[in-house]
Amino acid sequence: MIKNTQCYRPRTDLLLGKKKKKKKKAKKAKKKKKKAKKKKSTSCTSGKHKAHFTKMATLAVRQSPVGGFSFENCKRNAVLEGEANKVGYSLPAARKTGTTICGVVFKDGVILGADTRATEGMIVADKNCSKIHYISPNIYCCGAGTAADTEMTTQIISSNLELHALSTGRVPRVATANRMLKQMLFRYQGYIGAALVLGGVDCNGPHLYSIYPHGSTDKLPYVTMGSGSLAAMAVFEDRYKPDMEEEDAKRLVRDAIAAGIFNDLGSGSNIDLCVITKGKLDYIRPHDEANKKGVRTGDYKYKRGTTSVLTKSVTALNLEVVEETVLTMDTS
Amino acid sequence: MEQTRVPPPGKRLKRVVSPVSLYPSKPLCLSDRLSLRAYIANRVTDKLTPIHDRIFCCRSGSAADTQAIADVVTYQLGFHSIELDEPPLVETAANLFRASCYRYREELTAGILVAGWDRRKGGQVYCVPIGGMLVRQPVSVGGSGSSYIYGFMDSNYKPNMTKDQCLELTAAAVSLAMERDGSSGGVVRLASISKDGVERRVILGNQLPKYSTH
Repeated sequence: MIKNTQCYRPRTDLLLGKKKKKKKKAKKAKKKKKKAKKKKSTSCTSGKHKAHFTKMATLAVRQSPVGGFSFENCKRNAVLEGEANKVGYSLPAARKTGTTICGVVFKDGVILGADTRATEGMIVADKNCSKIHYISPNIYCCGAGTAADTEMTTQIISSNLELHALSTGRVPRVATANRMLKQMLFRYQGYIGAALVLGGVDCNGPHLYSIYPHGSTDKLPYVTMGSGSLAAMAVFEDRYKPDMEEEDAKRLVRDAIAAGIFNDLGSGSNIDLCVITKGKLDYIRPHDEANKKGVRTGDYKYKRGTTSVLTKSVTALNLEVVEETVLTMDTS
Repeated sequence: MEQTRVPPPGKRLKRVVSPVSLYPSKPLCLSDRLSLRAYIANRVTDKLTPIHDRIFCCRSGSAADTQAIADVVTYQLGFHSIELDEPPLVETAANLFRASCYRYREELTAGILVAGWDRRKGGQVYCVPIGGMLVRQPVSVGGSGSSYIYGFMDSNYKPNMTKDQCLELTAAAVSLAMERDGSSGGVVRLASISKDGVERRVILGNQLPKYSTH
């Protein structure tokens, strides 16, 4: 789990109330960084003000691979954490999706399933988040782990894959997406906390891969990932059969995710399914609302007239109109 | 990077490998279990990775590291083979592995056995353990379960065995190690590489030879 994504640079000079240290400036100048748009914060005055985050330019698509591993940002993170802790602040924690995601290969294609709960520590941050990400029209990817990492990684690979498909003139293959994802995750040595279930149908048939944060992949007929993966895997190991029909496979995936939802605290809410076959794609969101919020059977509101009125007196307040402004409402 | 070197909590391939060099063919044999400490991520992993038509490698250590290295070496060897316009030597493949494993030895956890057949020296086995050493051996074992079968291999291997004897020996060795090593298990994968090609076999859990003494 990483504390800061690569796109954000906390303005600790504002946070700590002093100028940026010279040595950090020299380090930054030496490093070959992508162009950073620095926005000066004008609203930070007191020390109690929350840290103002400036956004770096987005990662360049199709960056040429640099040799070896680049740990520049880890050094920066460690320095920032130290500085923040000295003053008493702690850097914001990344939001994780405690999750159950799974995939199964059936007769004509693959089915991907996911729950929809995103947790921030012990609190549910999002009751209905979408964990099945688009990679290409015939390839989808479920993501577990740090929410930002899975989101961004799949978007980067999706855009690179589209460029690749345009330059080769062919429908992209699942193995290509798998290679791109595993090479990127290995390059970051597990610091990108993205555990993915990648599935799709291409010219060679249906394929399903599981990709771990350190960059190892497995090609299997059924996979599960996330905190609820053990519960889901138990269902799969019991009831999986090769070459299932679509309805049976959908039921199996639904049951596996339900097992994760009901037996794992990090997973919950609804079940999303994505059925990918050669000609057809079904993105069913939600497939099953396993945890519908109940309807209150009683009400504490009392009817008008329950309490009888004994006396009533009206007093007019003398108020002067000081200022009148008219705000136009955009009703277009 | 100043951080302390903590072993990556990724998946570890812990298992037994024992390619046996034999003229002219060579059985390679592996058990399959990828473990994330207490959870088995994949109980039917194929740790015998083809690098070229007649060259295979057996991977042990971190799954991510060995998969990445194997991909890199497959690419390099394929390119080299096209340049030469002839099948590459097993020694070349082993040296490519050694180059990667030694250069990045601080960051990687990869123990690899490279084995194959080429026209110059026939069947060969090269051992590239963690750290990046390279040594050619007639028979080699690796992985976490290998400690349990060093004695077995030392006493039962004889030079110039037939192909079937070799296959039996390696299958027995891996089964014994799987019996004792918690991180090894699943199925046993065998590959026999010779001038005529590669023959791959899988021995499922219920077909393994039974050795239990209790």
